[in-house]
Amino acid sequence: MTVSTDEALAKSDAFPLSEKNISAQVRAAQYAVRGEIVIRAGELEEELKKGKKLPYGDSILYCNIGNPQQLGQVPITFFRQVLALCDYPEMMANPHADKIFPKDVLKRAKEYLAAIPGGTGAYTSSQGAPICREHVAAGITHRDHGIKSDPGNIFMSDGASQSVHTILRMLLRGTQDAVLTPIPQYPLYSAALALYNGTLLPYYLDEQNQWALRLDECKSQVDKARSEGQNVRALIVINPGNPTGSVLSEENQKEIVKFCVRESLVLLADEVYQDNIYIAGKTFHSFKRVAVELGKEAEQLVLVSMHSISKGFYGECGRRGGYMEIINLPADVKAQLIKLSSINLCSNVNGQICTAMMMNPPKEGEESYELFAKERQGLLDSLKRRAKLLVTALNKLEGVTCNEAEGALYAMPQLKLPAGAAKAAEESGKPVDFFYCKALLESTGIVTVPGSGFKQAENTYHFRTTILPPEDQIEEVTERLSKFHAEFMKKYSNSS
Amino acid sequence: MALRRRSARALVYLCRGFESFQGLGLHGPKSTLQLRGLAALAQEAFEEAPQNSKDGKVLHPDLINDDMRRTVYAVRGELMKRGEELRKAGRDIIFTNIGNPQALGQKPLSFNRQVQALLNAPFLLENQKIVAELPEDVVARAKQIMTKLPGGVGAYQDSRGSPFIRQEIADFLQERDGYPANPEHIFITDGASPAVRMCLTALIRDSRDAILVPIPQYPLYSASIQLQGGSLLGYNLNEEQGWSMNVEDLRARLQEGRDNGMAVRALVFINPGNPTGQCLSYQNLKDLIQFAGEEKLVLLADEVYQTNIYQDERPFISAKRVLNDIGGQMAKDLELVSFHTVSKGVIGECGLRGGYMELLNIHPGTIEEMYKIASINLSPNTMGQVALSLMVNEPKPGDASYEKHMEEKGTGLASLRRRAHIMTDGFNSLEGVSCNFTEGAMYSFPRIRLPLKALEAAQEAGKPADTFYCLALLEATGISTVPGSGFGQEEGTYHIRTTILPPEESIKEVIARLTKFHEDFMSKYR
Repeated sequence: MTVSTDEALAKSDAFPLSEKNISAQVRAAQYAVRGEIVIRAGELEEELKKGKKLPYGDSILYCNIGNPQQLGQVPITFFRQVLALCDYPEMMANPHADKIFPKDVLKRAKEYLAAIPGGTGAYTSSQGAPICREHVAAGITHRDHGIKSDPGNIFMSDGASQSVHTILRMLLRGTQDAVLTPIPQYPLYSAALALYNGTLLPYYLDEQNQWALRLDECKSQVDKARSEGQNVRALIVINPGNPTGSVLSEENQKEIVKFCVRESLVLLADEVYQDNIYIAGKTFHSFKRVAVELGKEAEQLVLVSMHSISKGFYGECGRRGGYMEIINLPADVKAQLIKLSSINLCSNVNGQICTAMMMNPPKEGEESYELFAKERQGLLDSLKRRAKLLVTALNKLEGVTCNEAEGALYAMPQLKLPAGAAKAAEESGKPVDFFYCKALLESTGIVTVPGSGFKQAENTYHFRTTILPPEDQIEEVTERLSKFHAEFMKKYSNSS
Repeated sequence: MALRRRSARALVYLCRGFESFQGLGLHGPKSTLQLRGLAALAQEAFEEAPQNSKDGKVLHPDLINDDMRRTVYAVRGELMKRGEELRKAGRDIIFTNIGNPQALGQKPLSFNRQVQALLNAPFLLENQKIVAELPEDVVARAKQIMTKLPGGVGAYQDSRGSPFIRQEIADFLQERDGYPANPEHIFITDGASPAVRMCLTALIRDSRDAILVPIPQYPLYSASIQLQGGSLLGYNLNEEQGWSMNVEDLRARLQEGRDNGMAVRALVFINPGNPTGQCLSYQNLKDLIQFAGEEKLVLLADEVYQTNIYQDERPFISAKRVLNDIGGQMAKDLELVSFHTVSKGVIGECGLRGGYMELLNIHPGTIEEMYKIASINLSPNTMGQVALSLMVNEPKPGDASYEKHMEEKGTGLASLRRRAHIMTDGFNSLEGVSCNFTEGAMYSFPRIRLPLKALEAAQEAGKPADTFYCLALLEATGISTVPGSGFGQEEGTYHIRTTILPPEESIKEVIARLTKFHEDFMSKYR
């Protein structure tokens, strides 16, 4: 962002709202996914627009953020048809409407409009329009092999991020309250913990074992924290993982549930990538189902499961839609959640409807099913191919190892860089992975996020790239990357 | 106790300072947790350490964030919940508790929805049968917006909102005020509320930070200040004088705050007012601005109702315009944040969640911080942004949709004006009730003088008197309102807030039911 900096303005201390005297929590929060490197990419893009010639071509390749439709992913037709009709119902009065729109599209749009007073332009109940919650609950029930979901336990939100904010806001009373957070993690968590003045209690995922979640590691962190006077309040699990892409086994999930019950931890299950799984032999198991199937052992588990329309095969990031399902929350705590949600009135209705459709898509036999299934499969197959292509290419690079992207939308390779690079990075005042990513951007136009943005085990360096560049571009990406990497390694191996 | 807490806090910050040093590789205690432990011990020395679980529950209501527990938001509080219960039981409830026009039958603007539909389903543009039924400017506009939103409405955009749409907002502001606006200083948000909250989050560091807020106020402010752990310093609006504000009064309140050791950071004003509906005159605004400038307060101008104006004496004038008219050093120094939204006006698109704030004279470092915070939530929702674009950049004379668009707007505004009068007159005809005219916004905020017996009954029921009245009104008539206590009011006075939004076909019925109820109530408690 090019913010024009008036020198005098910047130096002034007299502002009530100057950087020095705004809330410390605001200052502490960081979010690397759209941090410094991305800002620099924006500047380069502006230069390209103005006609400047850059060595690598005429485009910046954004691989920093899971934003599929920005990279050409086509939205699901059924969703867009219904949403268009919800926004402008008069289109249904078009004499050719029933030839332009499949029957089930018309039916669905009418269903939503009939049940939502004022359509997409009115505030709904703060928890979300009942019909949307009903559809979500029905979808969860279906997904979880018939284990009933109660629409009363569903909270619609402007993306899953908003749910994370709400829950953490509620859980954290001060710095003595700690939350177990996977390292590496999606930096929404570290940012939200900073904003709400809580403590991030790290548990390191085991890179050598496909980023496995080690409960012994979690336990020792919990014990240590407690011995030092901390209250450990919750465990965050991202499954499938971001940035790691690992998918938990059902066995592992059972152990996690039991652990949370034993240690009195709220389980915060970030499941936004549940529809992005690419490995044979791995499936998505919701923590809800795992907990319910454990029966008595998991009866006491307090669980918050989060999902979103931003990922999967629908990729509707810009729309901001999602939900959280809360299990075993005391009624008066739920009332507090509703109260908190009500201050922002409600989440956007288009997003709510899209979320409802995500969980209640066309069924076999319905008019739109064939196209829907085709679009879905096509996209998932493509993502699977791209994941494989990218990870394979990354593993070919000198000093780079990359775990398989079992799910989600990212690859997170580890970099073993020569001492010369470390030195140059130190001189520039940045961590070495940031230094690498910056050089990568300047040389190739590829935008990635340094591992330090996600936190990582000490003395390890990574970067995260998405698997989202369109298939016809992904080879270009891997070529540019390989060339750059070879040059980088050469440059810094010789200089020390 | 406060002093001890401050010392403990200082110790905590000191320890955290060590942590930051540690992060940079400089010397310090080995374990971060040791530091935390130190800080925790310090805190423990002065306060009791919070419990982690109660009755087997970590997430026990007594063990959640304190600020959150204390926060109240009456607009969707007790009355609304009771209304919902009755509605589920089959009663016919008229919700006049919230400014939600389309839920009460207001139709969205056709041009806007046509464009939105095309953006939702761009493939419809390839269908001649669809395109043939739509005005050509709708098609052109949809195509134009599509080129400006990379990835379409399904993709995250810039965290401050699409640069193209921010430019349109800047152009709108230039047109409205006669002064330029910098699109880099405009942040689009999911409605105005998140923008307000972002500012309050930045402003409030701890309970000593106070914000001057008008009483009565829209309880987003009290709720947000409470959530952030800050202090609300209320300044009374004068009901007898059309809900005007008095600078001497403001000054006195400010001084009071300072005398109590508070850092008074900002001054909120809502123009047109919510719930009070007054429109500020040019002089009012000038006085307010000058006051804020002299006292070094950030001015937060909630102007979301700027197109809901129902009289001609005081049209809407923006704080930014008045500030620039004043000019000189003040215009360069006063930190002003102005808020607007698509939820109100005649456009009334509450459910889309679209709004923005314009930052004037805000320190660039702070703007960077706000950008950072905005980026954590990735971007404001795209349809809300589109709605903003359509609000600030409307069909022009000669465009295919122009006439219809203007007609829809004109009809809508005229109807609101009529209903503003109907509601005001209706309330004024009731015994013991006085109601200032709704000059702007969307609400009636009558004062109800309750007889002694009613006050006693309320006390017995354990409710504030206006809540008691509102609940009785709801039970008897199905009309769901918000008691004045939800907005703050002068001690010993009682008010209720209703909207002026019930459709014209039914508004007379609403007044009739209200009148009958009030007569019965007064008969009972006189």
